[in-house]
Amino acid sequence: MSRNSLAPGADTAPAPDGGSGAGRGPLARLASAAGRWEFLILLLIIATCVAGQAISPQFLSRASFMTGSLDFTEVALMALPLTLIIITAEIDLSVASVLALSSALMAWLWMHDVPMVPTVLLCLVAGALCGLFNGLLVTKGGLPSLAVTIGTLALFRGLAYVVIGDQSVTDFPTAWTDWGFGMVGTSILPNTIAVFAVLAVIFAVLLHGSRFGRSIYAIGANQEAAYFSGIKVKRIKLILFVISGVVSALAGVIISLRNSTAAANVGQGFELTAIAAVVLGGVSIFGGRGTVGGVVLALFLLAAIQKALSLSESISTAWIQVVTGALLIGSVLGPNLVSRMNEARARARMRGDAQARPPTTSQEEAV
Amino acid sequence: MTEDATLTVPILELDHAAKSYGAVRALREGTLALCAGEVRALVGENGAGKSTLVKLLAGVERLDAGVMRVDGEDVDFHSPAAARAAGIAVIYQEPTLFPDLSVAENIAMGRHPLRAGRRIDRGVMRRDAQALLDQLGVRLNASRPVRGLSIADQQIVEIAKALSFEARVLIMDEPTAALSGPEVERLFTVVRALQQRGAAVLFISHRLEEVFSICDTATVMRDGAVVHDARIADMTPDDMVRRMVGRDLGALFPKEDTTVGEPVLVAHRLTRENVFTDISFTLHSGEIVALAGLVGAGRSEVARAVFGIDRLDAGHVEVEGRRLPNGRPAAAMAAGIGLVPEDRRQQGLVMDLSITRNVTLTVLRRLSRLGLMRRGSERRVAAEWAERLQLRHHTLDGPVRFLSGGNQQKVVLAKWLARTPKVLMVDEPTRGIDVGTKAEVHRLLSRLAAEGLAVLMVSSELPEVLGMADRVLVMHEGRLTAELSRDEADEETVMRAATGQTHEAAA
Repeated sequence: MSRNSLAPGADTAPAPDGGSGAGRGPLARLASAAGRWEFLILLLIIATCVAGQAISPQFLSRASFMTGSLDFTEVALMALPLTLIIITAEIDLSVASVLALSSALMAWLWMHDVPMVPTVLLCLVAGALCGLFNGLLVTKGGLPSLAVTIGTLALFRGLAYVVIGDQSVTDFPTAWTDWGFGMVGTSILPNTIAVFAVLAVIFAVLLHGSRFGRSIYAIGANQEAAYFSGIKVKRIKLILFVISGVVSALAGVIISLRNSTAAANVGQGFELTAIAAVVLGGVSIFGGRGTVGGVVLALFLLAAIQKALSLSESISTAWIQVVTGALLIGSVLGPNLVSRMNEARARARMRGDAQARPPTTSQEEAV
Repeated sequence: MTEDATLTVPILELDHAAKSYGAVRALREGTLALCAGEVRALVGENGAGKSTLVKLLAGVERLDAGVMRVDGEDVDFHSPAAARAAGIAVIYQEPTLFPDLSVAENIAMGRHPLRAGRRIDRGVMRRDAQALLDQLGVRLNASRPVRGLSIADQQIVEIAKALSFEARVLIMDEPTAALSGPEVERLFTVVRALQQRGAAVLFISHRLEEVFSICDTATVMRDGAVVHDARIADMTPDDMVRRMVGRDLGALFPKEDTTVGEPVLVAHRLTRENVFTDISFTLHSGEIVALAGLVGAGRSEVARAVFGIDRLDAGHVEVEGRRLPNGRPAAAMAAGIGLVPEDRRQQGLVMDLSITRNVTLTVLRRLSRLGLMRRGSERRVAAEWAERLQLRHHTLDGPVRFLSGGNQQKVVLAKWLARTPKVLMVDEPTRGIDVGTKAEVHRLLSRLAAEGLAVLMVSSELPEVLGMADRVLVMHEGRLTAELSRDEADEETVMRAATGQTHEAAA
């Protein structure tokens, strides 16, 4: 990585536009960006594309981009609110179960002749209620979100089976299912990925540009100090869990349309892939740091790896999990090293600064 | 300094010891000797350096300079275990025992008597423990679990534990702070028994009557140095208080004369069970009111409750005639209150965030439009306050973690002043910051009051209290024991009220 720049705030002031680089030349900004975790992920994506092309000439084709990205839509959607939740140092493990409950509810409502639009809306409401339940237990109940959402992981999945049992529904209106695996106009961009793209922008603005986002970082980095600053810690967490529920329910609707099948057993284990993407994207599992941009890149990386390995005939698909696991460990190790390096550099710089500027003497210091 | 009984070599001796934490010289001059059978008092104001001295003796910290001797031989404790091996035991105010283990197991911890096959010999363990407790003359069953024992009983267990590894020096750090009258008496009986056995005891207490009833000699500390060493018989309580606080005030505290304005904040009979009781006071615009008292008197807790961090069990706060809802910091802020908390690193700042982000944390609403932050305004506000408070920094985008303590405190002040509050509560505003910045903070507070701010300053430093305050409220064990005007307040009136000798302080 570059030697000459790296603002000390590069990994802590996570503005995607590099607020710390303001006022310096484009070269310096570029070098600063190169020191960031996101840049590493980008390199890995390129490496994966090269390797993927070597494995199979189909890898960089339209079809493979479409199927590869489609398969990742739901995980990608759920990773967005999860990013915010993990930055506040909480977690939501129930996302895939909310997705399943939403899918099951959709099936049940459709079987009982509820029209499509109210069906979808009711699914989203159900997702909001699931999130509210999680959020209330965490904020009002004062329980650790890890324990709460392990519980609701089982609870919501169980409810999905209660709603429709082993049945599945496949006769959704074709206009809706066509949308599920259709493209935007004549482009190669799937509709569902367009939905994700819009939400990703919204979440990025929310996290990096809004009052709400400032509070999220403060809570994650030091909840007590945030509370002492008048930030409504509990309310913000509650809202995040509700958002997570709604987006997971939306993912449930989308996966049902995309597969033309709604059932209680969809999305098993998706929560772990989503968390893997968030952590791989440079979000600290202890809260306080991370960017939406990093997570989006990590999602691309994971999707690319999956696609590359699944196209190969000689490599067993079991390797997908091995590679994902190895990347995860690397992603926990990597930012740690990067931030340690940045810190050492910043400290050296501060020290030099302190020597250069002796403390001013007292007299003329009236404020 | 009197030097009698020099015939015997002291068990433990500290000679010209010094210890600094960064730029703060916590202990400048520590000289102290403990002889067998001696009970010595260590007294001084908060921050005089007593705790630092104890940490050195206990092996928790190492000396920067000076010498420590045990039985006349130089020693250097690398760890608490080394101090313990040399026969030094510390009994802390809050005992650190394993609640689910029995008294005997706690006493034997780490040195359990063993039988064949390295199995613990419970019989021997229990008998030994019971014998120790009986020697101390206390009725405690060695087989019962520690959970449920009173603090006083737990201290006895700690003492028994110390004796079980043949400690010859017992350092008791405010052991009586949480004890009732009869419990104190029983502890004193135990201390006398220890004395009979030839142990040396270093007794730290803020309660002078205890010092005078149990100790033979006293070491008085002030500003990180031992300033007096004498036999108790040769001193009076007044004399001791004077030596604890006596120093030049004045120049360091540039208090501007202000005209006291309208009442801004009224506290009505605030009560939080077991923390503070029936606290009433009024803050006027333009005045600095100090809340003085010893550590643990409940001062910070009052400030936290006024701000809504902790809930009140009774009473309420009014700001400009409007009653604040209980337990809502956001509401207190909206009413114009700010709180610079005691624990800067945990409560005052988000250490990993930048200076800008910290300063603007309290004014997010003002700096946003439709929920979106205006980056230019954010930077401008941070830069403006950094300039006004003479913040010494490299970049406003660097984490506050890298700043010195004094500059960190300026960031905390900036984030509250950015709200232009009507009432600012500052809890130990200059703790752990260097002298230069300290004076800057004092000047700033004084100036703000002159501009009409009402300031409530919680402080454990008497010079700060006396130098800065227009009015001094003194707390002792959760109650207000005195309200003193600037003229009435001096070292002695404040210290008397702070140690609970109210009859003389009620001027």
